[in-house]
Amino acid sequence: MDYTPHTEEEIQAMLQRVGAGSLEDLYRHLPQEVLNPQISLPEPLPEWAVLEELKRLAANNKPAFKAFLGGGIRSHHTPPVVQALASRGEFLTAYTPYQPEVSQGVLQAIFEYQTMVAELAGLEVANASMYDGATALAEGVLLALRETGRMRVVVSQGVHPEYREVLQSYLDAVGAELRTWPLREGRTPLGEIPEGTGAVVAQNPNYLGALEDLAPLAEAAHRAGALFVVVADPLSLGVLEPPGAYGADIAVGDGQTLGLPMGFGGPHFGYLATKKAFVRQLPGRLVSETVDVEGRRGYILTLQAREQYIRRAKAKSNITTNAQLTALMGAMYLAALGPEGLKEVALKGVAMAHRLWELLLEIPGVAPFTPKPFFNEFVLRLPRDPQAVRKALAARGFHAATPVPREYGENLALFAATELHREEDLMALAEAMREVLA
Amino acid sequence: MNYPTIFERSRHGRRGLRLVQEVPEATRYIPEGFLRKEPPRLPQVDELTLVRHYTGLSRRQVGVDTTFYPLGSCTMKYNPKLHEEAVRLFADLHPYQDPRTAQGALELMWQLGEYLKALTGMDAITLEPAAGAHGELTGILIIRAYHQDRGEGKERRVVLVPDSAHGSNPATASMAGYEVREVPSGPDGEVDLEALKRELGPHVAAIMLTNPNTLGLFERRILEIARLSKEAGVQLYYDGANLNAIMGWARPGDMGFDVVHLNLHKTFTVPHGGGGPGSGPVGVKAHLAPYLPVPTVERGEEGFHLNFDLPKSIGRVRSFYGNFLALVRAWAYIRTLGLEGLKKAAALSVLNARYLKELLKERGYRIPYDGPCMHEFVAQPPAGFRTLDLAKGLLELGFHPPTVYFPLIVKEALMVEPTETESKETLEAFAEALGELLQKPKEWLEGAPYTTPVRRLDEVRANKQPKLTYFDEG
Repeated sequence: MDYTPHTEEEIQAMLQRVGAGSLEDLYRHLPQEVLNPQISLPEPLPEWAVLEELKRLAANNKPAFKAFLGGGIRSHHTPPVVQALASRGEFLTAYTPYQPEVSQGVLQAIFEYQTMVAELAGLEVANASMYDGATALAEGVLLALRETGRMRVVVSQGVHPEYREVLQSYLDAVGAELRTWPLREGRTPLGEIPEGTGAVVAQNPNYLGALEDLAPLAEAAHRAGALFVVVADPLSLGVLEPPGAYGADIAVGDGQTLGLPMGFGGPHFGYLATKKAFVRQLPGRLVSETVDVEGRRGYILTLQAREQYIRRAKAKSNITTNAQLTALMGAMYLAALGPEGLKEVALKGVAMAHRLWELLLEIPGVAPFTPKPFFNEFVLRLPRDPQAVRKALAARGFHAATPVPREYGENLALFAATELHREEDLMALAEAMREVLA
Repeated sequence: MNYPTIFERSRHGRRGLRLVQEVPEATRYIPEGFLRKEPPRLPQVDELTLVRHYTGLSRRQVGVDTTFYPLGSCTMKYNPKLHEEAVRLFADLHPYQDPRTAQGALELMWQLGEYLKALTGMDAITLEPAAGAHGELTGILIIRAYHQDRGEGKERRVVLVPDSAHGSNPATASMAGYEVREVPSGPDGEVDLEALKRELGPHVAAIMLTNPNTLGLFERRILEIARLSKEAGVQLYYDGANLNAIMGWARPGDMGFDVVHLNLHKTFTVPHGGGGPGSGPVGVKAHLAPYLPVPTVERGEEGFHLNFDLPKSIGRVRSFYGNFLALVRAWAYIRTLGLEGLKKAAALSVLNARYLKELLKERGYRIPYDGPCMHEFVAQPPAGFRTLDLAKGLLELGFHPPTVYFPLIVKEALMVEPTETESKETLEAFAEALGELLQKPKEWLEGAPYTTPVRRLDEVRANKQPKLTYFDEG
């Protein structure tokens, strides 16, 4: 099965028309040394057997539905209505909307997505999406460096460690310097911002789950002539003060928490929001409203002089393919829930996380690490290696206790709760933890 | 009439999905100061309104599922529905769950890595990059780390790209801190070897090539280019955007390339999704394997695991392990076709392109570089016709136009990639339409399209006074 429509007669007729004797003939001008190499691949399978093999592989996984694992990715409900609408072939199989007359569906959906993200972030504009939260952060920081003309970045240790690693890779590429501010008692301390800093970065709620009052840091960043970049879980912004309200110039994050399947880490999407003043420095696609020749409202890709296919070596970024379909799912989720529904989902996770905190702290040897107030994730100090605890819990059917990197301390594990958890789920996990740690 | 936005359909107080039965009080957990003062102005719609809104939007959109979509260098082939069922089997996996509970996912990644290594002739691979351009950045950073490790990092500061290259190539090189120099194409549309020789030297870090190139021509002197770059200590980078033409027939690794990125959303049927998400695995030869991003997926005695212990790694380029669900689709595609199926698909993509090229020549279109094309070709309209108008005319006749005005070395370019999943009669109907357009009055062409959801849009206004959100007042 190869999905090609050609009959044998058609192939012969077409070969004749192009002056070739066989399909092999189409390659005869390639260097003989490289033609028809020995390649070992499994034999082709019929559709049912492909599915059978995939099911065999899937059976070797323990699905993490209702996982208590956190780290910015959580088990949330994916509404069937979102899944159904995003599966429509017109959305699924379209390319980047370069021909706006026949791409109004995707273009308007992006425009609406940009609006929703800007609203959540409390900023004026958002681009059409980035690959994930980590690359959105890296690109947001590069934007700040272009805007300020500086080459130094300060990042709080409260930013997700993987995001900081990606940021480091991107900054190494352009030769910019990254300085990390260690957390103090679980929060970002206010310190002296070094001269020549173009971007100051913090996360809220931070990696440990703690809420941070970042307004003083924003002010300090601005006094030092830097832009302030905030990493924020978009779900939390249904409840929490948006980054724009406490001085962020740029807000970024990962959209998985807006009801996207976890998918072993992807694809999700990264969002990137900023102020209108910086729009000409934005990487990636951007949609604007305009009118057609009859005066009808329509949507079109705009300010394309920022992008690689126009500006080549002078582009703001090399990004081309982004995460349009998953971003569309995020927008559909936001529209399906509305402001109230989003707030309710976020608050339920907060409440269940706090209940879980209480239950787990009753277990001997377990100590708090994340300071209060926290949101829907928190870190505890365990009496044993968290890798072993995670393994033992998995054997009991629970996905919990994400090991926290050693840079934050010894024997730390991250827990999260969401709208999917009931009181009895929390009790059952606590019971299992008690057994594991006994 | 304007199609309403979701915000115009919104009514204050209307509710859609309710996922929570008992709503907790925020201030019980969170001090007042951290809470939002104003709710975000998100739409407030019921579920049926939501469904009608997005269904209506989808009807104002074309895709491969509705329309012939011959965008050059984009490989708009059919995206099998099987794959959409396949990904559901892996939706509920958390990246931080114990790897022993995700053995199936890791095995699938490892297997896909092996298949892709076999198809490209590479020794090691990362599946982490999220897109083609992301793979390019990863590949160039690997090359950079290699030169630095050998003490040549400072000296090698230039990346060479042909003048026919995709825009992402020079943009990537710039992002990795390199100076970009363009190498002109020769009269046959292939890299000008003499010009390349003049540019090569100890100051060059890499050459980025697409093969077949963006004119759809196979670089026949590739072995000579590889020899010259090897002699100059330059790494040869393969942009995999056009791999579809040669899958199974020839491998970048055998041609002398050191690094390859693949676009799983082109060659391996991951749907384009209106612009993404894609996936851009990067394969490398053994000498570059130590620099791959972390983690890599490996097979050990106790099953499959993630290896974070690569001391010379360039670091991470994305969170977690890449766009895993895209990998599931590519895996399913390769297992469905097998080697013979992939070779047949490649050959029919070439046959379709050559056949369509002949049909267009017959109807008066010019082929500026008329060599033996592979999966795509670049045409020009007859004198007096503007490519933009022909593209808009095609929209009126029910086709998505080819890529236009690219590559930059061809004026009024129409870059056509039909792919192997299109039938002979579709190609004929498309050629018929392009022929018909040449018979249309000039005014008709300049006014087209007429019956699409909107007609030509005011791009200047969008650039001068962009309105980027619904609440943006300009």
